[in-house]
Amino acid sequence: MFKTADMLKIFNKYRGDAIVVPGRGGKFWIDISQKEKLDVPLGDPAMGGHCGFAFGLAMALPHRKVVLFDSEGDLQMSLGVLMTVAERKPANFYHFMLDNECYGTTGGQPVPNAKNVRYDLLAKGAGYPRAFAFTELDEFSKALPEILEQPGPVFAALKIVPEIENEAIGQRRRWMTRTRQQAIADLRKEVQIA
Amino acid sequence: MNDTVVSTTQLSPETVLSQMKKHGITHVVWLPDSETNWLYLLMQAEPSLTLVPVPREGLASSIAAGLHAGGKKPLILIQNTGLMESGDSIRGWLLGMDVPVVIMVGLRGWTRHGVTQDTAAVYTERFLNAFNINYYLVESDADADRIHVAFEEAQKTNRPVAVLIGDEYHGFHTKK
Repeated sequence: MFKTADMLKIFNKYRGDAIVVPGRGGKFWIDISQKEKLDVPLGDPAMGGHCGFAFGLAMALPHRKVVLFDSEGDLQMSLGVLMTVAERKPANFYHFMLDNECYGTTGGQPVPNAKNVRYDLLAKGAGYPRAFAFTELDEFSKALPEILEQPGPVFAALKIVPEIENEAIGQRRRWMTRTRQQAIADLRKEVQIA
Repeated sequence: MNDTVVSTTQLSPETVLSQMKKHGITHVVWLPDSETNWLYLLMQAEPSLTLVPVPREGLASSIAAGLHAGGKKPLILIQNTGLMESGDSIRGWLLGMDVPVVIMVGLRGWTRHGVTQDTAAVYTERFLNAFNINYYLVESDADADRIHVAFEEAQKTNRPVAVLIGDEYHGFHTKK
């Protein structure tokens, strides 16, 4: 297991001009990213939808890499999206999934069958051409350049350390500096969508 | 002399497809139902449309939001049963993200005659009212302008607008 922020710092070296949908990694990514206008931090519009959103974005912008940091709690809620992604096979879609084996924002209760799910096999079985699982940061670091160089869709499950929030929601750090609408408007401007 | 016949008794899939094309729809995010099978065959043959199948209707909202964010113009095509399943996704990904999208809804169980028995139909309008989503009932080709109104309204308000299809698309059922 490794820390989300440590993983994201490594990813940042290889990001290039990829659009990043940071999902629940957003609160870490915001302090690491140097290309804010290409980031689409959304917080949590409705649980289970980050993959659908990033997949839709990838279909809309086929000439830009779209990188998603999904979570296992979100994916368990919408597992069928794997089949939809695999059918359309967007070559610019890079689907990373943070697996802390729990619902980190609600106190750390385990997700169903938390320690025994092979998400990479689920993705592979759904039809993703390539799927990986990483438990060690150095293995992830070595594999990442090639993962990003090859066409998608690709899936990578990442075992991360739970960083559980127990404060009342109203007392938590408000890490989003832009509204969702502003983040999308910034992205559209950056990639020159009218 | 124009010999085009506009049906006041049934809705043809060609009518729906022509409205999609007129309004520049690029992607149809959908899950099949008994009302849309014939339309599916037409959409498949239409080169300007990309079909995005989902296995659960709640997924359609976030996919549509992503397509819209990337500059495309999606349509959601689902049955009323799936509409109700999609409640939180519609709240967060469509209403919460100001997505101007038409949700075309097969109105299973709809009847003008007698008492509606199918609870899928009973709760559909109540569901849309609860989410403050405006809707237009379309029962035949003569209602095609209401589809146009829905597209225009979605664009103008940056909100989802529903079109309730109160008829099965004819053609599939008669084509043997």
